Amino acid sequence: MNLHEYQAREILRRHGIPVPDGEVVTTPAAAKAAATRLGGSVVVKAQVHAGGRGKAGGVKLAKTPDEAEAVATKIIGMTIKGLTVQKVLVVPATDIASESYLGVIVDRESQRPLLMVSAAGGIDIEEVAAKTPEQIHRRAIDPRYGLLAHQALALAFQLYPDVAKARAAAGIMQQLVSAAYDVGASLAEINPLVTTPEGKVLALDAKIVIDDNELDRKPAIAALRDAAAEAPAEVQAREAGLTFIKLEGSVGCCVNGAGLAMATMDLVKYYGGEPANFLDIGGSSNPQKVVNALKIITADPNVRAILFNIFGGITRTDDVANGIVQATAQFPLKVPIVIRLTGTNEQEAMRILKKAGFDALTDMDQAVQQAVAAAGGAR
Amino acid sequence: MSIFIDKKTRLLVQGITGRDGSFHARAMMEYGTNVVSGVTPGKGGQQFEGKVPIFNTVADAAAATQPNVSVIYVPAAFAASAIFEAADARIPLIVCITEGVPVLDMTTVMPFVKERGVRLIGPNCPGLISPGLSKVGIIPGNICTAGDIGVVSRSGTLTYEIIHQLASNGFGQSTCVGIGGDPIIGTNFIDCLGEFEGDPGTRAVVMIGEIGGSDEQHAASFVQTKMKKPVVGFIAGQTAPPGRRMGHAGAIISGAGATAADKMQAFEAAGISVMKRPADVVPLLRSRL
Repeated sequence: MNLHEYQAREILRRHGIPVPDGEVVTTPAAAKAAATRLGGSVVVKAQVHAGGRGKAGGVKLAKTPDEAEAVATKIIGMTIKGLTVQKVLVVPATDIASESYLGVIVDRESQRPLLMVSAAGGIDIEEVAAKTPEQIHRRAIDPRYGLLAHQALALAFQLYPDVAKARAAAGIMQQLVSAAYDVGASLAEINPLVTTPEGKVLALDAKIVIDDNELDRKPAIAALRDAAAEAPAEVQAREAGLTFIKLEGSVGCCVNGAGLAMATMDLVKYYGGEPANFLDIGGSSNPQKVVNALKIITADPNVRAILFNIFGGITRTDDVANGIVQATAQFPLKVPIVIRLTGTNEQEAMRILKKAGFDALTDMDQAVQQAVAAAGGAR
Repeated sequence: MSIFIDKKTRLLVQGITGRDGSFHARAMMEYGTNVVSGVTPGKGGQQFEGKVPIFNTVADAAAATQPNVSVIYVPAAFAASAIFEAADARIPLIVCITEGVPVLDMTTVMPFVKERGVRLIGPNCPGLISPGLSKVGIIPGNICTAGDIGVVSRSGTLTYEIIHQLASNGFGQSTCVGIGGDPIIGTNFIDCLGEFEGDPGTRAVVMIGEIGGSDEQHAASFVQTKMKKPVVGFIAGQTAPPGRRMGHAGAIISGAGATAADKMQAFEAAGISVMKRPADVVPLLRSRL
């Protein structure tokens, strides 16, 4: 789950990391009032779950409260990568002497949290990693001890030769690592970490991604979810216990299991079609899950054919068949449907489908080819 | 022949009285797996299905029934604790089926497991099966046939699909291992490839990877430098968009080498025959044997 910048800043602040003041508002008038309180010269920043906000025009400097209002009028309601901006963060404009990067990720190779720092801050760290990897310094953290003071200081000297600034940055690094553990973050970034002309070290922007698997045991963090800022179909799917990711193609896919779902999308492409979505109905599917899945798939106007690919192991194919029959009784389909199912209770599933007037296949390749043809054929 | 599990497997089921644990314990027993005990705190002294003794702790179960494999079906909130407990009792092979274990929990689990010299498979995996000998986990026994092809995969149902293709075309399996779709897992491709290379009952290996991380690249260089047996590979997620988690917590394109194209290229370069679609597994295996 992605947090907004203002939520991530609040978490850092609670962990003792110096973060400039700021206010989150939803109207231009409130942006003006916030700018007045913050001293006039401010930055107005779109709060939206999309990268590249700055390039899209979602981050603007305003020298006066009136300018802040004008800028907020432009930003609130604008669309960035398909998501509408509903909130802006207003922060005082800060004089910047230098920009660095701090980030904690969970590293698959070392199987540990990894702190990455770079003096090349303020820009996309993946770009730095690709172009000038020597500018990134890394430290794998032993979770039993956390980030130790001397480890943090050694990294901090990579950013600042000045000992006062290095000590301040080292403290921020240790606090960032403990914040990441406290909230269950799979990513916690400060970008940029800045120094001011007076020598202060401040976290100017923050990004935190929470591991979805943490949400059940961290209700206070789960409550930070801003469902209004997410794609509606993905919210609907999550609430129905399905994993759904919208894509741009025309073959709507409904599959059990993430690996098979990806392989099904790939096979659609192999036969010249384009998948409209990734959708995993999970292992122990009941008919209602299938009904919800069909609702979500058919709500996409790009979908010209629906493809079911079910390999019954734990999933009972007769449950899926019942779900298809129930769903199509509730809302008749406007596009062709191709059903492939095999495995547990396959005979019963075939009987249920035949009785309701559906054909079903047992071969994955055949089904995908039919679905691609039904969606208008290969490009 | 097989890897990791066989007729000598003595299985402990952690969470044996739960909804999933009881269902799959029954299925494993029906398949012929020697289930020697179960653990559910508070139900010690009872019996499962009238014959399998239940204990309050893994230590008690280990002392009384000498299991050499434990399989975990407890809810995600208790999964790390269950792995710690099994590792502390020095159960040599621990298979964690549970999906949804927080990845930061795994950063503390892995050093603990390694220090005790035991092996973890998973979490978030379907387990493993040595057809005709033993089944630990949730892979449906009826789709597998005994034979000499080793299968190792990060996926569940996609693995069943490929096993089905193998079995319907006369290729039985020595052992099928699902290593799991999470970012931090106990057993990786290389561990399994090494076991298959050393197993006289395995003639060739099918490896099923997906987007995310670079475990497939490490596996490819292992195949190139350390293996004589032929390997056929598949990578799921050729059409996955970058930056999105495709169901599995670990299936996300981020950082270098994480795309399907990168991994397929690494496979090709290492002499692994790469399937473009699951049905290619049969002709590719035939061409390599």
